[in-house]
Amino acid sequence: MTKKSFAFPYLFWMIAFTVIPLLLIAVYGFTDRSSGAFTLSNFLAISTKEHWSALLLSLKLSLISTAVCLLLAYPLAMILKKTGTSRTGFIVFLFILPMWMNFLLRTYAWLNLLDDGGILDRFFGLLGIDYRSPIGTTSAIVLGMVYNYLPFMVLPLFNVLSKIDENVVNAARDLGANSVQTFFRIILPLSFPGIVSGITMVFVPALTTFAISDILGARKVLLIGNIIEQEFSTASNWNLGSGLSMVLMIFILISMAILNHYDKNGEGNAF
Amino acid sequence: MKKLASKLYLAIIFVILYAPIVVLMVYSFNDSKTSKWSGFTLHWYQELFQSSMILSALRTTLILAFLSATISTVIGVISCLGIQALKPRFHNIMMALNNIPMVNSELVTGLALMILFITIGISAGFMTVLIAHITFCVPYVILSVMPRLKQSSKSTYEAALDLGATPLLAFFKVVLPDLMPGILSGYMLAFTMSLDDFIITHFTKGAGLNTLSTLIYSELRRGVKPTINALSTLMFLTVLIILLLMNRPRQRGESPS
Amino acid sequence: MKAPLIDLQHLSKSFDGELILDDLNLSVHENEFVTLLGPSGCGKTTTLRMIGGFVTPDHGSIIFDGKDITALPPHKRQLNTVFQKYALFTHMNIAENIAFGLKIKGKSKAYIQDKIKYALKLVNLEGYENRTPDSLSGGQQQRIAIARAIVNEPKVLLLDEPLGALDLKLRQDMQYELIRLKNELGITFIYVTHDQEEALTMSDTIVVMNQGYIQQMGTPEQIYNEPENAFVADFIGESNILDAIMVEDKVVKICGIPFPCVDVGFGTNKPVDAVIRPEDIELRAPREGGLNGRVSHLIFKGVHYEMEVEAGGFCWLVQSTTMYPVGTEVSICVDPFNIQIMNKPESDDERAVGLDD
Repeated sequence: MTKKSFAFPYLFWMIAFTVIPLLLIAVYGFTDRSSGAFTLSNFLAISTKEHWSALLLSLKLSLISTAVCLLLAYPLAMILKKTGTSRTGFIVFLFILPMWMNFLLRTYAWLNLLDDGGILDRFFGLLGIDYRSPIGTTSAIVLGMVYNYLPFMVLPLFNVLSKIDENVVNAARDLGANSVQTFFRIILPLSFPGIVSGITMVFVPALTTFAISDILGARKVLLIGNIIEQEFSTASNWNLGSGLSMVLMIFILISMAILNHYDKNGEGNAF
Repeated sequence: MKKLASKLYLAIIFVILYAPIVVLMVYSFNDSKTSKWSGFTLHWYQELFQSSMILSALRTTLILAFLSATISTVIGVISCLGIQALKPRFHNIMMALNNIPMVNSELVTGLALMILFITIGISAGFMTVLIAHITFCVPYVILSVMPRLKQSSKSTYEAALDLGATPLLAFFKVVLPDLMPGILSGYMLAFTMSLDDFIITHFTKGAGLNTLSTLIYSELRRGVKPTINALSTLMFLTVLIILLLMNRPRQRGESPS
Repeated sequence: MKAPLIDLQHLSKSFDGELILDDLNLSVHENEFVTLLGPSGCGKTTTLRMIGGFVTPDHGSIIFDGKDITALPPHKRQLNTVFQKYALFTHMNIAENIAFGLKIKGKSKAYIQDKIKYALKLVNLEGYENRTPDSLSGGQQQRIAIARAIVNEPKVLLLDEPLGALDLKLRQDMQYELIRLKNELGITFIYVTHDQEEALTMSDTIVVMNQGYIQQMGTPEQIYNEPENAFVADFIGESNILDAIMVEDKVVKICGIPFPCVDVGFGTNKPVDAVIRPEDIELRAPREGGLNGRVSHLIFKGVHYEMEVEAGGFCWLVQSTTMYPVGTEVSICVDPFNIQIMNKPESDDERAVGLDD
């Protein structure tokens, strides 16, 4: 028995529980529900108005959330990097801690905060300001996404930024670059792997979520995740659901391919 | 000035991050089921310990997290040793396969597993959820252990053999302790991921079985009972205290350089 | 004498309440090779980083070419630094690394191309334009770091332990390389190291530092032959530091035996420290020299033998090309010029302050 054989059990596990299930999705996606014959109709069903607009909305909201996360997280990671070494451990810990409270419950808590008759409503009521609850709108969903996925953007960014040698930054300053030039020519390009990793970790779950839109969208907003989930749970049309899932996977694969083009070394892992 | 601005920014982010958690905690002491404050009560905590539904969901969640983290860690560590010994080409294929569940959304992973289980006729229940959790936890363990394994030098293992240890003893006395930080963080990640998972559990659990996540999801429509808030408060505080205690001696021991 | 190019006046700095530099004064002249030498934590790197602009002094000022640059940010200073571990930009190739400073200054493409060629030639790495920093060896990366700094034509090049990460042979080669570079460029080098050999080989002036103070400043010969206090004597090379009594001018009593020396002005019957380098001790047959003893240890070191001789209740370190086996009775003889007399520090404080006033 060689050491290599240690990898085999997991290889079989992955074939059984990762590869074959995906192939099954493909089988269902390419077959007709009643006749079992080959068809592209489950695929093409994405072009119906309901599905297409849900996909576009999902793409739009997940892109916005990813961008907001990036914009919020980058300065945050920079600040964390600058804080003394002994305290960063604690601050990073503060980012992970909320994940120990159930994610559905955390999202639900925003409902308590934002809803009509909720805490903010009462607060603004006391001040005599007219408050309009965002619950049921796309902005509430974006808020939910940003709130839930922000740590996934902060951690890889912080990791990659804290690995940048302080003397490399100093060298740029020494060679005449001001702080803006140093940022755009040195820090930003060096942190690219972290940006790529962070974008992946926010964009993919945001694109496919159905729970956040369920809770904060008050069932008024349908995302592609909601439609697929319904095809499987309530409508029991696995073929259609599989076809739509494959469309979603294609979008994920395309975005990954674009991103990986910029991250050849895979240095930006969050863990 | 710049320092003040960055402190302010940090503070705002943390307020947003923790506001919902504080709200949940506060509501666990609220005497009314609605979001209106109507006086302090410990009623929900009492009810919590009488609710067999919540307690059994809690038990399922914890057992599931414990089992999937433990099994994933064992599989992950063994596989890392094997993958490390593979030729670069197969090494890369293994790592690519390993990345699928992380890149593939949880939605697709969950659906795919659900289709698999139904197709081959395994009835959905605790076992299916456990298999699903292991499937998405192992990649995290491997990603935590692999860098550590690459860093650790072969010479310590060889030194142990040289000093008369059997390969097995050398592994347990030298290699494993060296990998321990990676293994621990992999275990913690797997545990957290399993504990917090909703989507994959949602698709692979059968009727009747509930984890806290799925229980909460089913209650969302009717409005979540404050008993769940009470439970979450207790869990959150437990974790907070454990982690603070764990972090404490390490921080003190750190040298300032 | 010409005004100094760099003048450090009363520089002080503490980190977290710990005093790193205390009232440091130092002048560096044009075209001088100055080395700041000392053990880790002596304040040498902090001094260099202050000149570079990466650390702001708590007190004092930095005068460069007649102008106060204490508050000037690094990118506005006309000096460049070669960093510890090189600090190359890993996301750029070699040409882009070297061009960085010139592009920032908005130089023309042709000018930049010329400069890259010139700099690579200067550091003997012609044709490396399109390589990445990762693909170079430590010594090559070091040369690129130097090339990247000098294309900007700084008046002063600051070097922060640039050879620290290289192996012994390469380090010795690079020492000659650096001397050649300095002569070709005709600019000022300020060099930080903890390696006395590097300092002695390359410098015009050595500044020995310890605990935030300058212990001694002078040419390599002065520092080596006439250490001003026990710290310098101990830090530079190997030496025997002996309790002695200055009987009168030009006579010092070591281990009870009077030795002739050349120092004057220490008074009469005053306790002093006498420093004698191991290679300056001559061993002779018993009773031929001043002090009798017995060889207790012997090691062959290649160019010489190193022996320990027990004499007068003290263990003397002796280096000689003649071997005396262990147990041999010998006598110790020293040329008066090779005995260096230093005042004893009156307290621990004075040991550290040493050169104040």
